Amino acid sequence: MSNSARLVFSLVVVSALALVAALYLGPVPLAHPFAGDDETKTIVWQIRFPRALTAWLVGAALGLSGAALQGLLRNPLADSGVLGLSGFAALGAVMAFAFGFAAFAPAAALAFALFAAVLVTALGWAHRGPASLVLIGVGLSSTAGGLIALALNLAPNPGALADLVNWTLGSVEGRSLNDVALVGGFLAAGATLILFGARGLQALTLGEEAAAAIGANVTRTRALVVLGAAACAGGATAVAGVIGFVGIAAPHLVRAASGHDPARLLLPSALAGGTMLVCADIGVRLLPTDTELKLGVAAALIGGPIFALIAARLASRSADA
Amino acid sequence: MSALLTFTNASVSLNMRTVIAGLSLDVAVGEVIALLGPNGAGKTSLMRAALGLVPLSVGQVRLGGDDPRALSPRQRALRAAYLPQRPQSIWPISVERLVALGRYAYGAAPDRLAPRDRAAVDAAIKVCALEPLRARRMDEISGGEKSRAHLARALAQQAPLLVLDEPTAGLDPAQALAVADVLRGRAGVGAVLFSTHDVALAARTAHRVLLLREGRCVAEGAPEAALTPEALEAAYGRKGRLDRVEGALSATFF
Repeated sequence: MSNSARLVFSLVVVSALALVAALYLGPVPLAHPFAGDDETKTIVWQIRFPRALTAWLVGAALGLSGAALQGLLRNPLADSGVLGLSGFAALGAVMAFAFGFAAFAPAAALAFALFAAVLVTALGWAHRGPASLVLIGVGLSSTAGGLIALALNLAPNPGALADLVNWTLGSVEGRSLNDVALVGGFLAAGATLILFGARGLQALTLGEEAAAAIGANVTRTRALVVLGAAACAGGATAVAGVIGFVGIAAPHLVRAASGHDPARLLLPSALAGGTMLVCADIGVRLLPTDTELKLGVAAALIGGPIFALIAARLASRSADA
Repeated sequence: MSALLTFTNASVSLNMRTVIAGLSLDVAVGEVIALLGPNGAGKTSLMRAALGLVPLSVGQVRLGGDDPRALSPRQRALRAAYLPQRPQSIWPISVERLVALGRYAYGAAPDRLAPRDRAAVDAAIKVCALEPLRARRMDEISGGEKSRAHLARALAQQAPLLVLDEPTAGLDPAQALAVADVLRGRAGVGAVLFSTHDVALAARTAHRVLLLREGRCVAEGAPEAALTPEALEAAYGRKGRLDRVEGALSATFF
């Protein structure tokens, strides 16, 4: 078995273990989650299973879109959260909710994520180095944050405010199989698009011109990956709100084991992202806090320092060179 | 057989500045052609125009008979391989996978090569003496080794025309000569167009040199005939001379 096949296999096993563990663990510990009584059935199959599966799919979508954006922009700090895709997706969803078009929230999240993705790739395409790309993303994220605040201010129904704030914090609490289907569909669409652009990502290792010279259609690759990443980030955000850093941490964890190959990295990043988010969600459910810690908050608490670490390491490397 | 590459009265403008002015050139199978000239003479622009990476403002370019900008990236890659001046490997993939990227136009995945692709990759690795470095990461090897890995990537592409922008820049004399030997060896299967600032190496390696200054051709022809003291001074602005030292050409500038 090749190295990357072994990596994928172990990540699948770990994902499955995490999902099963999510059925056992929670505020009410269950010794036999597969028991047949009604109460257990309700807790496990109505609450825990959809929630865990949503967490996995959201994490996989974020991990995949992060890895794809990193390959496209040739930048290990790229991620749908950092680059503003998630922020704009949340803005789209919040606006749809605040103005009474809840049914259009997923479509709005997708459209806004796509808008941010196109903008950030257009601005950051001329390979200006990791730092400037992240700064462009910070600008976009702040803009989205400001506009979300504005939408909340203007929201005709102040009673919905709490729900809307939840969106910006990120959570998979109380998600149903409808949410699973929604994020699953977006992930499948995004993954298909990204898959068709994967070889182009390998070519882009050589830089844009050399990639074209070995026969890669760079324009096509860019279109596929931007669309795919936006679908993943839009779907994840439409269901779970803004959850940051998974898209950075997951590829970072599996990069060396994938031989630093931007295409081989995609599937392991998705699997690692899913596992990470299921584990993080088990964590927030087990924490003995009065109100449950939001998953997005937990992700930021764990992912923020990792992001800073990668950025610092990159900075010292470019100082050496 | 028709020419692999033809420029006819070609001009290129970048940012309103003319970088190639009315140049004509034919590259036929079996030829190694060196582009010489000071920095900014238009060597890189000429090569990029050959690959269709920049448009011509006047004249025409034909790559294997067709306008390179009308070809798909894949068709272009099957006709010409290109080594840019500062080749990059943004991710530290292994030397072997980098070389395997040369097989992209054939639909090869770098980690699962078909026998024909594997043979091309192995041959390129052997020619560039990279055998011991195959599994090493691109960020673990020296500058000279990186250059050779990128050259091997271009060779693995097995295109009839090799377009190399300063393939010997930063190499020690022995490595530069080894690259020159590789280029000469390519003459049997195709043609090579390469740029360099090493006048002696160009004179020793190329069948034909093209001496440029400000986008115009100062001299063209067999090295010893074309690189006269007058031509060298016209191109570089310094007096220069080609000599034979123990049978090998050497260049001296005063």
